[in-house]
Amino acid sequence: MSDDVRALSAQLAQDPQSLVFLRLGELLRQRGLLDAAHRVALNGLERHPHLADGHDLYARILADKRDYERAFDEWDMTLRIAPGHVGALKGLAFLYFKIGDLGQAVSHLEAANRAAPDDAGVAQALAMVRGGDAAGAAQGLEAPVAAEPAVASAGPLDEARVFAGLEGAREGLLLLDASGRVLGGALRDSSDTDVTEPVAAYLAGVSQEAARTAKLLGLGAWTGLAAEGRQGHVHLAQPSPESLLLVVRDRSVPMGRLAIIAQRAAQAAQRWLEGQA
Amino acid sequence: MTAPAFARALDTVTRVRGVRGAMLVSAGDGLVVAEQLMEGIKGAAVAALAGSLANRLGRAMEAAGVGESVFWHLQGSEGALLVVPTASGVLVVAVAEPDVNVGLVRLELLRAAGEVG
Repeated sequence: MSDDVRALSAQLAQDPQSLVFLRLGELLRQRGLLDAAHRVALNGLERHPHLADGHDLYARILADKRDYERAFDEWDMTLRIAPGHVGALKGLAFLYFKIGDLGQAVSHLEAANRAAPDDAGVAQALAMVRGGDAAGAAQGLEAPVAAEPAVASAGPLDEARVFAGLEGAREGLLLLDASGRVLGGALRDSSDTDVTEPVAAYLAGVSQEAARTAKLLGLGAWTGLAAEGRQGHVHLAQPSPESLLLVVRDRSVPMGRLAIIAQRAAQAAQRWLEGQA
Repeated sequence: MTAPAFARALDTVTRVRGVRGAMLVSAGDGLVVAEQLMEGIKGAAVAALAGSLANRLGRAMEAAGVGESVFWHLQGSEGALLVVPTASGVLVVAVAEPDVNVGLVRLELLRAAGEVG
């Protein structure tokens, strides 16, 4: 353990209410000690739940751990507490950039630029995004993690990236057409077997049955089907009338949170489908 | 289990604000076992559709590796269908307003399912 980490840890141990957890957490994050940084940030937030900088720190750690969904929530929370928080605006711009939503990325960068006109990184990222220089923009954003090469493209999302940047994009999200054919995403069961195709085949029937049930029972247009299983939870949504989205998570993810994940994934899928039209 | 006992099991479900009706459905054939529905809700249709959807959803969930369904909830713009399957092959079903307290209905359905067995 380095001297500065030791010193800050001692300071925090002496006064657990101290805001020194912000410096300690950031130092640990920068050194790649993410689990330790995570613990420090969470302990700090327990004592200071309404501290915007605490949520910002936690979001950066989550982003480093590639838990983008929760990082989004934390930066969103930061902005609710402190609407002009530059760190949160930059963080959200980074996440929007990652999923290819350049409009939202620019909008958040503009807000950050208004709040901190002297921040050279923001100004640079803004200029680069507007000028179509995606790689430069990622650098200017001082992203908490290095931008993945596949995400650095500013063009429309390609098929493999329907859910890019979303939590569990490679193994718990599936987008199908009305006939049960896979449009994007993939599913693996607990034994790591690829179950994408059989699940897709069954889901086409579920979608039709859900639509029929909602119509005949006077429930209006169906907007979601959520189910708790003994080993995991699923959520079905329709990003468009001709498509079906499935989100699967283990039981540790509460149903309400799963609905939020599904909503965001549906928005990503909608954008992707519009790009294909 | 007797008819009055079925009625008691459904009673607490229908007491939740926003629940239009509750019923017990045989999952295998989609037939009504017991019902407490508001006027205008067709019990036979609810039973058949809930049974069919439960079977299809169950197969998809098994294929996805998340195991048997414990509770499911179909949300519509004008209402919701909430279902808890029991070990004996009976579905405890509630039809509700779109803004019903889903968490509370879920608890009452699980409790009723425990009574039905």
